[in-house]
Amino acid sequence: MHFSHILRSKKNILSIAFALFLTFFSLNVSALEGAVAEETATAHAKETEKEKEFDISTFILHHIADTHSFHLWGEGENSVGIPLPVILWTESGLIVFMSGEFHHDAEGKVVVEKGGQRFINVHEKIYYASPAANEHGVFAEVNAKHEVANKQPLDFSITKNVFTLIFSSVILAIVFIGVAKGYRKRSGKSPKGFQSLMEPVILFIRDEVAIPNLGSKFERFMPYLLTIFFFIWFNNLLGMVPFFPGGANLTGNINLTFVLALLTFIITTANGNKYYWSHIFKPHVPWWLYPLMIPVEIIGIFTKPIALMIRLFANITAGHILVLALLCLIFVFKSIFVAPVSVLFVVFISLIELLVGAIQAFIFTVLTALFIGLAIEEHGEH
Amino acid sequence: MDLFNPSIGLVVWSTIVFLLLFFVLSKFAWKPVLAAIKEREHSIDDALNKAELARDAMVRLTATNAQLMQDTRAERDQILKEAKALKDNIVNEAKQQAHTEGAKLIEKAKIEIENQKKAALAELKNQVSTLSIEIAERVLRSQLDDKAKQQDLVNSLLKDVELN
Repeated sequence: MHFSHILRSKKNILSIAFALFLTFFSLNVSALEGAVAEETATAHAKETEKEKEFDISTFILHHIADTHSFHLWGEGENSVGIPLPVILWTESGLIVFMSGEFHHDAEGKVVVEKGGQRFINVHEKIYYASPAANEHGVFAEVNAKHEVANKQPLDFSITKNVFTLIFSSVILAIVFIGVAKGYRKRSGKSPKGFQSLMEPVILFIRDEVAIPNLGSKFERFMPYLLTIFFFIWFNNLLGMVPFFPGGANLTGNINLTFVLALLTFIITTANGNKYYWSHIFKPHVPWWLYPLMIPVEIIGIFTKPIALMIRLFANITAGHILVLALLCLIFVFKSIFVAPVSVLFVVFISLIELLVGAIQAFIFTVLTALFIGLAIEEHGEH
Repeated sequence: MDLFNPSIGLVVWSTIVFLLLFFVLSKFAWKPVLAAIKEREHSIDDALNKAELARDAMVRLTATNAQLMQDTRAERDQILKEAKALKDNIVNEAKQQAHTEGAKLIEKAKIEIENQKKAALAELKNQVSTLSIEIAERVLRSQLDDKAKQQDLVNSLLKDVELN
């Protein structure tokens, strides 16, 4: 196998080790947060007694989750935000309205009536409303596990993440078409301005990622590698901006990383040559090991993109959780004197996150190139 | 909690938007950019190759020039050597000729002198004989006057003649 070129340079080993470290770290943190979340869920029943108790895990998970409006400032009824379109595919067709009609309610207390149907928003998920409110004033059936039992329409809303997705794609398109224009205008001459800022990165992807992994056929896959690298990198950075138009946790959302990993999987599988498939269905082992090896190889096809999906999601989410948790320390200790320490740590972690944002984009691109490289490799010997 | 929630909306939107971005960037950004970079790299390589060739040509030219210079110098030396040899030859020949010519002249002069000498001797002999006849005439005349005196005169004249 040709994993060796990833491990060839010291720099790569360092960055991989660092990324692995952060991955474990982040998984630990999210496991911890999960535990806290369960505890708070059981304590949820006693909410009436300690109503204003600060709930750190709900707060953090609320901030990294997708929402139907762009929150700017304020809390609850007084919060100010940019409403985004809600697009629902219901049992009786398409329904569109602005999320402002929920009046910042995410508890299921406000019912929006559209097209003869009634909707509520519970924790930024849209449900069909129950005919009448329960004892808490919520138009939903809540089961024993504190889950909403109501049916859901298919939700194709322009949420915060979808907005950021479109926004960042437009910015990327404008920037790189501008860069391309620079090349056309100054063809054959040295790059200038933003063009000279981007050229080393493009050359780095070509010379350090594409050519070592893909060999002579690298040119076919360059557009995909470049798009995926700049898309992930830019959205990682945009996610670090705490206010509009940043603030969405797009690359830390498993649905998006799923789509990116799926595209890599499709490209890898579609380009797999006969050596790739013969390596899976006729591995170089004694025949009696086939019942063991073939399933392992088939599982291997799927674990590679799944690892891509989880790695990006976990790293970026972990960074966001870490920053938010450090800020929450101020409210946990209920002291303004914790603030300088918190802010100092947040700045430190944010700087690391800037690095992680670039490293994760690089790793996703390298592994994509590596997987495609394995699929298109010409000779079958191992 | 909500972290792993599948969201069909986001999946659909990100597929559409990302693919759109991919096609737009591929067509309008990556293709021209990569082509431009490749072309520029080729032109730089070309320029470097040309510079290399020019340098080689220069080196070759310099070598040729040096060779030419050396050849020329050798030729010049050869010509000078030949000229010198020619000159020596000519001088020698001239000397030889002058020598033989001189020798010939001297020979001629010698012969002339000999001839003149012979002519002078013949003249002298003639004059002597004429003189002898005159003397003899005079002696004969004086003898007719005085016998003794005639004898003396003849004797003294003969002495003079023998001296010549």
